[in-house]
Amino acid sequence: MGILDFLKRKPESTATVARERLRIIVAQERSTRGAPDYLPMMRNELLEVIKKYVHVDLDAININFERDSGHEILELSVTLPEGKPAIGNPARNEATIG
Amino acid sequence: MTAEIIVVTSGKGGVGKTTTSASLATGLAMAGKKVAVIDFDVGLRNLDLIMGCERRVVYDFVNVVHGESTLKQSLIRDKRHDNLYVLAASQTRDKDALTQEGVEKVLDGLSEDGFDYVVCDSPAGIEKGAHLAMYFADHAVVVVNPEVSSVRDSDRILGLLASKTRRAERGDGPVTQHLLLTRYNPARVAIGEMLSVKDVEEILGIEVVGVIPESENVLTASNNGIPVIVDADSLAGQAYSDTVARILGEVRPLRFIDVPKKGFLQRVFGG
Repeated sequence: MGILDFLKRKPESTATVARERLRIIVAQERSTRGAPDYLPMMRNELLEVIKKYVHVDLDAININFERDSGHEILELSVTLPEGKPAIGNPARNEATIG
Repeated sequence: MTAEIIVVTSGKGGVGKTTTSASLATGLAMAGKKVAVIDFDVGLRNLDLIMGCERRVVYDFVNVVHGESTLKQSLIRDKRHDNLYVLAASQTRDKDALTQEGVEKVLDGLSEDGFDYVVCDSPAGIEKGAHLAMYFADHAVVVVNPEVSSVRDSDRILGLLASKTRRAERGDGPVTQHLLLTRYNPARVAIGEMLSVKDVEEILGIEVVGVIPESENVLTASNNGIPVIVDADSLAGQAYSDTVARILGEVRPLRFIDVPKKGFLQRVFGG
């Protein structure tokens, strides 16, 4: 293996890692900006309830808060895992509470 | 004629707000404007040191707000520029010593006295002092370092500028946002160790108004109590001059964002 090959095999630069991490967190924080403070806590509590019936993790819950002229929309979507039946309960694969 | 109010803010501490406030105010004064620069960091006065007037502080911002001194008594005239004044923060009072009405009264007073610009040097954080520094602003200079926590905090601040200011509340049109990238090291960017100008612009969705290279002259300037913009030989000073010109509406290309090609002598002696 030549020196050039060795030099080419660089791991991803730390600036690239920083950029990607920032892209994700900034987008996430912007999407919840101006939303009520209780959203993260509500999300966790909802997760606890859902966990009683199906095995899902935190990433499976997506809460979206939108403010339109005059009214606010809280959208909650839960992606349920396939093939893992709920404990005693038949679960549909996607539930959206509007 | 009302004064244009410019807040220098960042969220994160230690990114160069006070250095920027001092150089921005001085640069505006060098351009012939009548300028006041106010330290909003009540309890942690520092702008006076960077401006080199720490031994001439008699009355401060809180004194004026509480009617214990007049504006005229409290404004400290700059040693080098007759049309530049500093209003120091209080060292002894706590951050609750400032009120929205009090700050408004001082800003109105400066407008009546014919000031063209008031530069508000915000404290770090997003609490009361930072809120009051940005509340009345027409323009904001958001100082950011090419570093993850600073970039994230500045996004927070951009959001606050769009919602928690008098302009936003009254629907008077947005606060003009200027992103200033400081402590930039082109050599580290070139080898992938530091976020680039483009990275920061893309993440925050806003163009930079200037890029200040990391420079030893900044420390030298603060050691001496002379704003770095006065040092026309330093790269940081020149970059600040460019930034002030852009804020005044001039179009100037970015400089010092690429790795300088060093000659032999420079390699040996530095520079």
